[in-house]
Amino acid sequence: MNAKLTALLGWVDERFPLTANWKAHLAEYYAPKNFNFWYFFGSLAILVLGLQIITGIFLTMHYKPDAALNASGVPVAFASVEYIMRDVPWGWLVRYMHSTGASAFFVVIYLHMFRGLLYGSYRKPRELIWLFGMIIFLLLMAEAFFGYLLPWGQMSFWGAQVIVNLFSAIPLIGPDLSIWLRGDFVVGDATLNRFFSFHVILVPLVLLGLVAAHILALHEVGSNNPDGIEIKKKKDANGIPLDGIPFHPYYTVKDIVGAVAFLMIFSLVIFFMPEFGGYFLEYNNFFPADPLATPPHIAPVWYFTPFYSMLRAVTVNFFWIDAKFWGVVAMGGGVVILLFLPWLDRSPVKSIRYKGPIFKSAVAVFVICFLILGYLGMLAPTPLRTLLSQICTLLYFAFFLLMPIYSQLDKCKPEPERLTG
Amino acid sequence: MACDDKVDCGRRRLIVATATAGGVAGVVAAIPFVASMLPSERAKSAGAPVEVDISKLAPGQMITVEWRGKPVWIINRTKEMLESLKKADDKVSDPNSEKPMQPEYCKNETRSIKPEIFVAVGICTHLGCSPTDKFKTGAESGIDADWPGGFLCPCHGSTFDLAGRVYKNKPAPDNLEVPAHKYLGDTKIVIGISQDSKGA
Amino acid sequence: MRKLFFALLFMPLAALASAELHLDKAPDRTHDMAALQNGAKVFVNYCLNCHSASYMRYNRLRDIGLSEDQIRENLMFTADKVGEPMRIAMQRAEAKVWFGKAPPDLTIIARARASEFGSGADWLYTYLRTFYRDDKRPTGWNNLVFENVGMPHVLWELQGQQVLGQDHKLSIARPGKLKPEEYDSLVADLVGYLRYMAEPIAETRKQLGVAVLIALGVLLVFSYALKREYWKDVH
Repeated sequence: MNAKLTALLGWVDERFPLTANWKAHLAEYYAPKNFNFWYFFGSLAILVLGLQIITGIFLTMHYKPDAALNASGVPVAFASVEYIMRDVPWGWLVRYMHSTGASAFFVVIYLHMFRGLLYGSYRKPRELIWLFGMIIFLLLMAEAFFGYLLPWGQMSFWGAQVIVNLFSAIPLIGPDLSIWLRGDFVVGDATLNRFFSFHVILVPLVLLGLVAAHILALHEVGSNNPDGIEIKKKKDANGIPLDGIPFHPYYTVKDIVGAVAFLMIFSLVIFFMPEFGGYFLEYNNFFPADPLATPPHIAPVWYFTPFYSMLRAVTVNFFWIDAKFWGVVAMGGGVVILLFLPWLDRSPVKSIRYKGPIFKSAVAVFVICFLILGYLGMLAPTPLRTLLSQICTLLYFAFFLLMPIYSQLDKCKPEPERLTG
Repeated sequence: MACDDKVDCGRRRLIVATATAGGVAGVVAAIPFVASMLPSERAKSAGAPVEVDISKLAPGQMITVEWRGKPVWIINRTKEMLESLKKADDKVSDPNSEKPMQPEYCKNETRSIKPEIFVAVGICTHLGCSPTDKFKTGAESGIDADWPGGFLCPCHGSTFDLAGRVYKNKPAPDNLEVPAHKYLGDTKIVIGISQDSKGA
Repeated sequence: MRKLFFALLFMPLAALASAELHLDKAPDRTHDMAALQNGAKVFVNYCLNCHSASYMRYNRLRDIGLSEDQIRENLMFTADKVGEPMRIAMQRAEAKVWFGKAPPDLTIIARARASEFGSGADWLYTYLRTFYRDDKRPTGWNNLVFENVGMPHVLWELQGQQVLGQDHKLSIARPGKLKPEEYDSLVADLVGYLRYMAEPIAETRKQLGVAVLIALGVLLVFSYALKREYWKDVH
């Protein structure tokens, strides 16, 4: 039996690099042995991506992207979601998995990005990993935005209306651009159909390619670790890093524990609080889209709110161009500035463990500002809140723009020679 | 599985236990996804029994009603039509309706509850096309000179007699299906409910 | 920094100050089948003339302990088949002319009306009990939680007529057929039904969730033991 299997494997290996890839990416990929809690979120992101794709495939079998009204006066798209929730066997579970998965994706990705920030995982030679990751984050935002229109509820409709109108703030081409994006003068059936196309095929396709690039780049240079030092500098006689352990089996078994723990939290939400207090499924989205009446209070889904706050924080006109445009610039800039992180950090050390008090406080302020911006983005604006969001937006950008200065001024501790565990 | 010195027995037991638990969880998790492809409540509702009033169905006439998305024929056969069935006995492949293509109460010469009223699912048992009616007899039918009247499937040429019995040496393997149906009075039929069952 | 701290501290207060909506807590009828059946009866008799529940199939009412024959005999006025959804005969265009706005579908109204002030059931329970006479409105009715509501008080014969006093409190000016406690209980049944109808799977979902969590818990124990076993080599 074993001999036959070995022979079969040999046959395959002569034609396809199966064993070679298994070794390169799992059995002989040496990862630092001191990965901590924060290192679960990369594999969890892959798990959630898989869940979203599988549940998405099954939802697509029943969902209809159609804004026309059915015999009962309900848009077909909205009714088809409710059809999935009630008439399709187990459809409710698949749908809740997908809607909860969208939020879970952002939880996991934000924590994964924060890990990179903590341990300097974006620093040389990992700039491309960070760039690929950031483009994945951007695409994920697009994916979530397109997907959010599909249930065709009130929040779907007005959210898309507002976001597409952002493009009209661009001088000269803006208004025409937003009409082109919508395919209509208002968000309508044409918009719904193209967003469906983007959501189920275009973005996932590019996303998968980028995830592959992200992992290939990672495996080319090797993983960073909480100490922020290169394990490849200290190798044994066989060329194996002294502080490295094979990814398989050590990190595969560890990631399985992380995956099961994650699935328990995930199930807790799906089975006991699928709306998550109105944050994962917004209450107003249980009303079908009505182009004639905006709900009294609209806010984007929680994962967009930090950037949405930046949009609203800009209330003054600069250089003959009105505040609306600069708000869009602030919001876009808030995302784009993350791309430049590898070149902004000039600290001699990578990990927060050996960075000095200035950098540590800067990260703390940044996190607090990001959370406040996120919180404010869910609320209706008042003068006090707008002021607060302006302060936080300034601090958010200052964290990045001043980083080349303060990261060099900082008093860092010396990095250790070997991993400290 | 052998557990000698070379392998770590405790570790192997744990791998087997975890893989088994994980495998079972995976299979159970697949059930909702597979089941979601089964007919929905809407499809089941559309598959509910259909009532048909046949009081206006003249002898020699046929009506088609939709049941579970399929055409169901109801034909009021004339005396001549019923007689043609006997002549076809030796030309059809299952003259006595031995194969279970009809409810027990329709397993008779005319494959029906009332001899003249024939109810059948108008779907060819070969590959699912809907045969067309060829009630005209002889050469006029365009089939052959001694055609006694029946049905011709346009896809692959299977022919059926007026009790839906398939002719020998044709691609279709079985007679046309007679669905469960029940008389709710003299001229009212419900399709989808057995004649034996109580209530509507 | 201090300013920021105080701003943070008072933010929740500021949020509350913006608009307050007081809702009465709807009594829980989730496990009371008789109450849910009564609610279903009230729903088909009073609501299902103008409002549809077009995602709710009649035969689903088996969930609340009714047989198909009972559903057909007592509740089904708008459909021929028990598997059909609760549609209405009224045309939307006509309804728009009569009420100014077509009456919304009520299948998931109990989910849609949830807010930071309370569950959708709380909103409905309060709404259906706070209609009062208002001669300025075309229908002659207004409502405390739904200002300038388009719907007249359909249940007024049961509740009676309320008026809004100077102190912004409601009082009964003309009693109805039911005593106030009886009316509240009837509305609670109706709201219980609306809540059930908004997500019929809710109870099953929670039961299944317990089983899933237990199974994952077992898997967590196994996988953690396996991880420890392997990581013995590393530490």
